[in-house]
Amino acid sequence: MSGFARPALCVFPAGVHLRLFAVPLLLAFALAAFAAEPQRPFPSRSGSDFTSADIRALQADDFANPGMLWITRGEKLWQEPAGDSRLSCASCHGDAKSSMRGVATRYPLIDPATARLINLEGRILQCRERRQQATALTYESDDLLALTALVAMQSRGMPVGVTIDWQNRRNFEAGRAMYSRRVGQMNLACAHCHEANWGKRVGAEIISQGHGNAYPLYRLEWQTLGSLQRRFRSCLSGVRAEMLPYGAPDYHDLELYLAWRANGLPVETPGVRR
Amino acid sequence: MNTPDRRRFISVLAGLAAAPLWPARVALAYPESLALLIRRITKGAAVNSGRVKVDTPRLADNGHSVPLKVSVTSPMTAADHVRSITLLSEKNPRPVIAAFYLGPKAGRAEVVTRVRLNGSQHVIAIAQLSDGSYWSGSAEVEVTESACLDAS
Amino acid sequence: MNVRVQLPRTAKHGEVIEVRIAIQHPMETGFRYDQMGKPISKNVINSLVCRYNGVEIFRAEMGSGISANPFLQFYTMADASGALEFFWGDDAGDQGSERALITVAG
Repeated sequence: MSGFARPALCVFPAGVHLRLFAVPLLLAFALAAFAAEPQRPFPSRSGSDFTSADIRALQADDFANPGMLWITRGEKLWQEPAGDSRLSCASCHGDAKSSMRGVATRYPLIDPATARLINLEGRILQCRERRQQATALTYESDDLLALTALVAMQSRGMPVGVTIDWQNRRNFEAGRAMYSRRVGQMNLACAHCHEANWGKRVGAEIISQGHGNAYPLYRLEWQTLGSLQRRFRSCLSGVRAEMLPYGAPDYHDLELYLAWRANGLPVETPGVRR
Repeated sequence: MNTPDRRRFISVLAGLAAAPLWPARVALAYPESLALLIRRITKGAAVNSGRVKVDTPRLADNGHSVPLKVSVTSPMTAADHVRSITLLSEKNPRPVIAAFYLGPKAGRAEVVTRVRLNGSQHVIAIAQLSDGSYWSGSAEVEVTESACLDAS
Repeated sequence: MNVRVQLPRTAKHGEVIEVRIAIQHPMETGFRYDQMGKPISKNVINSLVCRYNGVEIFRAEMGSGISANPFLQFYTMADASGALEFFWGDDAGDQGSERALITVAG
């Protein structure tokens, strides 16, 4: 799991001729730290690679996969007229299978209207509020989860592909910094588990690379479908850190970093994890 | 103590020493803790070991949802079929997980579901056949705690 | 209630078919507490019946030991074209039903 620059966590190697190489070495390290290209885990592997055969089988079974209950719900909601507009998602977007194909692979992205980073949930909330003029849905509500899962599922099998450019670079760097920042009573960063120790065990569980390509997913521990932001909150509580509220800008930045990190991995929504 | 009583006392002691105080340990098809419950389910009838197979993973991913398949060897005809299958948990706060009622129209005596298991334990299935006999099978599942606290 | 049912649309007479049903339900155990420390009352789907052309072919009496969003898979012999109807109810008195049609040849 080594072989890449980890400026926040690296230890000065022993056995080097300090006198001769100290200054140029230190300089090289400093340059490397600041100019280091963000690295993806290698090889990139989806969370399903770190689950048991039973869970993989459950995810692959389009009937038994518990997340599919939310897809069914989402399909119904898609057709339902909502709010003052009496428009349904279908009124504008037609058949989700075609209109939503590939959409999830591009999120989160900068919303041109607000110049802010928006995730899939946010886009759905925006549509409901502005275009359908319907009551706002709340994060982790069955309805929002159902619609998000339905939209994301239309990209199932397609590779995650977000582009980092001048517009979202600041968000990307903020997400990347958050990933390496130690938090909580346990004083751990995401990177400690998902970058430095993926593939190893904590308790009886194998640590994944921490990708978001299967979200929203059915987590057995939650006994329900949940969003990527819920997973962030799970991890934060796991290291005894304060959980940020749903919709926090920090979460959006982290989602972008995670999406970049998962580039190339197939969307698996609705996933199943333990 | 006078002599006749003492002799009687010693002979009783000898008798006790010779006979076992508890019944000999027989191989139980199910954990002893459920014996009373199973006796109530079968109304005292004997439970035979066999014909019932409980399939679960040996190590559960999460105690909230453990895949389980219970199947009974039976021709499933009108004359010879499975009437019911009761699933019992050794360590859950409520020992009866579920009871499934089949019949000759079932075709196959098999039910698949997902169960909650409160820690490592045995899952026992008691099947009643159409002739009134009871059969049982069990499986042992290891259930570990989640590695990280999840207060999300 | 949100429910999904899966069974073959057509079958041969006498064929043993696989019937699957999944229902969205928390199967609340009654052992949990909410954020304020108040116990959350038990509420599980306690009974599910499947009738094939009006005849009961499967019944499940369930407790909190069945996982949330209960999934059941069972079998029945396809004898006549018609409908498989599912009825269930939970501790709170909520009931649900679903229907699936089957065409049996021969």
